[in-house]
Amino acid sequence: MKIAVCVSHVPDTATRIKIGTDRKSIDNTGVTFVINPYDEFAIEEALKTKEKLGGDSSTISITVGDDSAKETIRKVLALGIDEAVLLKTDKNPDSLSVAKALAEEIKSLGSEIVFFGKQSVDYDSGIIGQLTAELLGFNCISVVVDLNIEGNKVIAEREIEGGREVVESELPIVITAQKGLNQPRYATLKGIMAAKKKNITEKQIQINDISVEIAEMNLPPSKQPGRIVGTDVTAVPELVRLLREEAKVI
Amino acid sequence: MKEKILAVLEQREGQIKKVSYEVLSLANRLSRQLACESEAIIIGDEISNILELNNYSSDKIIHFKNSRLNYYSSSAYSKIISDFVNEDQFSIVIFPNTAMGIDLAPRVAVKTNSAIATDCIKVELNEGNLFFTKPVYAGKSLINFRINSERKVFTIRPNIFKAEKSDAGKASIEVKEVSELDLRTKVTSYKKSEGKLDVSEADIIVSGGRGMKGPENFHLIEELAEALGAAVGASRAVVDAGWRPHREQVGQTGKTVSPTLYVACGISGAIQHLAGMSSSKYIVAINKDKDAPIFNVADYGIAGDVFEILPALTQEIKKLKS
Ligand SMILES: Cc1cc2nc3c(=O)[nH]c(=O)nc-3n(C[C@H](O)[C@H](O)[C@H](O)COP(=O)(O)OP(=O)(O)OC[C@H]3O[C@@H](n4cnc5c(N)ncnc54)[C@H](O)[C@@H]3O)c2cc1C
Ligand SMILES: Nc1ncnc2c1ncn2[C@@H]1O[C@H](COP(=O)(O)O)[C@@H](O)[C@H]1O
Repeated sequence: MKIAVCVSHVPDTATRIKIGTDRKSIDNTGVTFVINPYDEFAIEEALKTKEKLGGDSSTISITVGDDSAKETIRKVLALGIDEAVLLKTDKNPDSLSVAKALAEEIKSLGSEIVFFGKQSVDYDSGIIGQLTAELLGFNCISVVVDLNIEGNKVIAEREIEGGREVVESELPIVITAQKGLNQPRYATLKGIMAAKKKNITEKQIQINDISVEIAEMNLPPSKQPGRIVGTDVTAVPELVRLLREEAKVI
Repeated sequence: MKEKILAVLEQREGQIKKVSYEVLSLANRLSRQLACESEAIIIGDEISNILELNNYSSDKIIHFKNSRLNYYSSSAYSKIISDFVNEDQFSIVIFPNTAMGIDLAPRVAVKTNSAIATDCIKVELNEGNLFFTKPVYAGKSLINFRINSERKVFTIRPNIFKAEKSDAGKASIEVKEVSELDLRTKVTSYKKSEGKLDVSEADIIVSGGRGMKGPENFHLIEELAEALGAAVGASRAVVDAGWRPHREQVGQTGKTVSPTLYVACGISGAIQHLAGMSSSKYIVAINKDKDAPIFNVADYGIAGDVFEILPALTQEIKKLKS
């Protein structure tokens, strides 16, 4: 079986955002793109699942993006993923359009175990895994920090406010990975060399309707730098007074 | 499609969650602005404080009930909500942006043929159209957008929208027993973490960073948090070092929080940390380096040693509260 992992290609988290001339997206000049941090956990889990299943199982990554995503995809292959698909579009698709493209590809691959990150750190939506699962009619467990797949049965722990839920389900399944699920490996030199020979299948896709339409992008209102009340314990009573009388938060 | 709003409320362990009142209040406001009906739905077994909802709404509230619904089941919950939305022709469906809401909303969107947006911090009516605002790039920028599908599903960030009590009269709470449940994916148990309060639900957060020097010193953070009734947060540096659990991590790859008060202790204010907390209403920084970037976003700061300041601050707060 092919174990699939969906990977998005996002600006490095250290990026300072500049709004582009269209006022609807960021200015990409000088921005370094990386594997979405949560997708690193998804990739690691796909690799571990393949090691566990053995036999003729293999791993495949799927990315919706433009040509610039290829650099990121090579990094995914360097980590040990066997092959990759790039679903190409020059549009800036919304979550539902991405999910539709991914679902169609996963269906044709026949994968029954699919990994996602819990969230892409560009638009921070946190929904493409669940949307894709629903489109495919797969079960889905999101924000997973512990996973056990035995035969058809899936037992996972997901992180929620103030605790964890133990969830039971069955294949076919979509899992969205949260930090803590595993310890992602680093690419080795051997892996980087091997990645150069691995196959990236490119397919042009058609994005029909964009249902979430961005009207404009803005920087958040900037904050006035505050006040340094002091440099030692003598400042404590004044800080407490300000919090109480000026900010009225305690 | 005629406008009709559904607020999806949330309970855990038979207790209605605070964010439910925020969802309900937003539904009330939109129903006034759009001059349309609104209803609410809540799923679970016994809900001890369900009558609290009366204070926030005069609408119809349907409680879908079954003893096996005490724990969350994504398959069962999403089916109940989607069937209801499809049958009663709701055009706007609002969820809280919680672990449960964000898990459910996309499934409901697909099952009801709707587009979806998450984590909205503003919803406004402008010339008959709804405009939404959501933070992107971890709050480093905001997008303003429209949802073009006829039906709209969206989630709202907790602690941003006001929960407004309504005096328009009591809600009518109707209990519907559900007999057939799709339990293909279900929660079998719930493990509460020992930490008292979760950063994503707290009104005040006291966070510690590498400046705390070691896990053995975090009692200073915990004591201040206790005095303030706050949750304990952490920077990624201390989570990666294993000093604190990941659930406490605030930032771009941790939790995004917007409490009323955020106290950063021994945290430098790296861009990834700021991304998760800069929308807090008030920020206090304690850092011995007066040039640390955290002071650029702090409202008040003490440029001093955490080991000296924290015990004194805890004392002062305790004095105030006693
Ligand atoms: C992909 C990626 C994702 C990331 N995601 C996150 C995230 O989600 N959250 C996050 O927090 N970080 C994140 N980071 C890490 C971030 O870049 C910083 O490394 C991290 O926030 C630093 O943590 P810190 O402020 O505790 O430590 P430091 O930067 O080491 O700062 C320690 C501070 O303590 C002060 N200090 C030292 N001693 C004392 C004392 N005695 N009294 C008072 N002050 C003192 C110092 O002046 C210094 O400012 C991410 C990084 C990457 C690459
Ligand atoms: N363009 C994309 N191509 C492939 N997978 C994606 C893409 N965008 C998002 N994903 C996957 O969906 C997850 C959740 O993304 P999101 O819903 O956008 O926050 C990510 O962690 C990825 O695993």
